[in-house]
Amino acid sequence: MRAFDYTRPASIEEAVAAWTPGAAYLGGGTNLVDLMKTGAMGPAKLIDLTCLPGLDAIEVKGDGSTRIGALVRNSDLAHNRDFAARFPMVAEAILAGASAQLRNAATVGGNLVQHTRCPFFQDGISACNRRDPGIGCDAIGGDTGSMAVLGWSQSCIATHPSDFAVPLAALDAVIEIAGPNGSREVPMAEFHRLPGDTPEKETALEPGEIVTAIRLPAEAAAFAAHSRYLKLRERTSFAFALVSAAAALVIEDGRIAAARLALGAVAAKPWRVAGAEALMVGEPPSPELFARAATAAMEGAMPSGDNAHKIELARRTAARALARAAAGTPAEMPALPASVFGDPAHA
Amino acid sequence: MSHSISLTVNGARHDVTLEDARVTLLDLLRERLQMPGTKKGCDRGQCGACTVLVDGRRVNSCLTLAVTVDDSDIVTIEGLAEGDSLHPVQTAFIEHDGFQCGYCTPGQIMSAVGLIAEGHAGDDLERIREGMSGNICRCSAYKGIAEAVQDAARRMAADEERKSA
Ligand SMILES: Cc1cc2nc3c(=O)[nH]c(=O)nc-3n(C[C@H](O)[C@H](O)[C@H](O)COP(=O)(O)OP(=O)(O)OC[C@H]3O[C@@H](n4cnc5c(N)ncnc54)[C@H](O)[C@@H]3O)c2cc1C
Ligand code: FES
Ligand code: FES
Repeated sequence: MRAFDYTRPASIEEAVAAWTPGAAYLGGGTNLVDLMKTGAMGPAKLIDLTCLPGLDAIEVKGDGSTRIGALVRNSDLAHNRDFAARFPMVAEAILAGASAQLRNAATVGGNLVQHTRCPFFQDGISACNRRDPGIGCDAIGGDTGSMAVLGWSQSCIATHPSDFAVPLAALDAVIEIAGPNGSREVPMAEFHRLPGDTPEKETALEPGEIVTAIRLPAEAAAFAAHSRYLKLRERTSFAFALVSAAAALVIEDGRIAAARLALGAVAAKPWRVAGAEALMVGEPPSPELFARAATAAMEGAMPSGDNAHKIELARRTAARALARAAAGTPAEMPALPASVFGDPAHA
Repeated sequence: MSHSISLTVNGARHDVTLEDARVTLLDLLRERLQMPGTKKGCDRGQCGACTVLVDGRRVNSCLTLAVTVDDSDIVTIEGLAEGDSLHPVQTAFIEHDGFQCGYCTPGQIMSAVGLIAEGHAGDDLERIREGMSGNICRCSAYKGIAEAVQDAARRMAADEERKSA
């Protein structure tokens, strides 16, 4: 690991002032410290955000929106009863990610900003345009099982690994940011970036900017009775998604009044298609409808290598997540969150 | 740049000067504080062998930089027993054959102590298995591990009830 300076500012202003090119912000460290060990990242300075005051609360604001401070730990958000009751698929997605130990340490800000699990990025040695712009991409032509089938480019085919980000995208979350040029907000849809010719630019964050909070608009709670996250993995627990889907519905008088659908692990950002959601509105829930919506959500998908199977897998996952959402949010968190196993009543 | 930190490990206060901020909590425990009970498996958050409690919460000490636990209260496997009397989770691991080679065991036990304190799994085997999924066992002693955790959770709940009665 490259040597680094360490500083622990006591305010957001101090943290931003401490930032210099080559520095990195530290949340729970569960992603950054790992990447520093492999050599994929080598910040000259770590600015530890975990002692910043006021960023560890979950609050319902006067306008009905819910604000999650960036330093709230993943496990504390998922196990917050009020939060989980209002946003069950967010809680389910968090609990389907990583392990209990990692969720205890990981911050929600760090979860959003975490880097791709592409092995060629992570190893610190392979050619990777995301790590070393312009050097090439060893993932292309390599093992592409975990790679993108949507929105990829010739310079990068990696996916974003966050489960949490997928329901946040479906629910139109807003990211609050502070930085050298003041504060601003970015809608979730624009927070993670598709690679294009600049895969090294992973998010909308400008140099020195900090995620201070994640906000869910008041309307997002309307989906509480019908929302599920479904995640396909190589093993039942403690594995990244092969593909995943967050599905949320409002059902009134037997018809869908509003629909949200976002897919995970298929692109460098959570994938949402407005047309796929719109075609469900006004219709009664049915397997045929959900299959059509899932097909629309995957329109334009193209294998980035030997991974054509992911396209059909994602379609089926999306359709099944919608069917589960239509069946209703379970009264209690399933023993195996977001799993295809152990949830017969909601299969 | 050196950093002075002060932390409590298993009840004892330690003032440590780190010449280098790269030291993880895991390496601090094993190599500086001579407490090798906490194990290093993958060193990357993937196996759980390094699990300890920091301020009562189970975390992977291999991904925790020692500078960040200044002022924290750490419990490791060395701190569970009271003299010769084992912690209920330790006893249950022995009774249920919750290990073979034993390498993953300190992490499994610390993780189980954390899981039981969190209180989300109760004594439901499926929830226990899910809650323990951050701890890999190469010997595949999973059956015994899950049963040991279930048994310990039950015994600890009964003890609590007796105390509060
Ligand atoms: C073995 C393993 C399995 C995992 N499995 C899953 C999984 O199944 N699903 C899943 O979703 N995740 C998984 N994860 C990833 C885990 O969720 C992330 O590591 C974690 O959420 C990152 O949060 P952190 O606070 O530790 O971030 P850090 O490691 O501290 O930071 C990550 C990145 O974000 C930046 N950063 C942190 N906080 C901020 C902020 N407030 N503002 C701006 N930048 C910031 C850092 O500079 C760094 O670049 C897994 C991780 C491991 C090690
Ligand atoms: S050594 Fe820390 S998780 Fe494997
Ligand atoms: S007992 Fe050998 S690794 Fe678990």
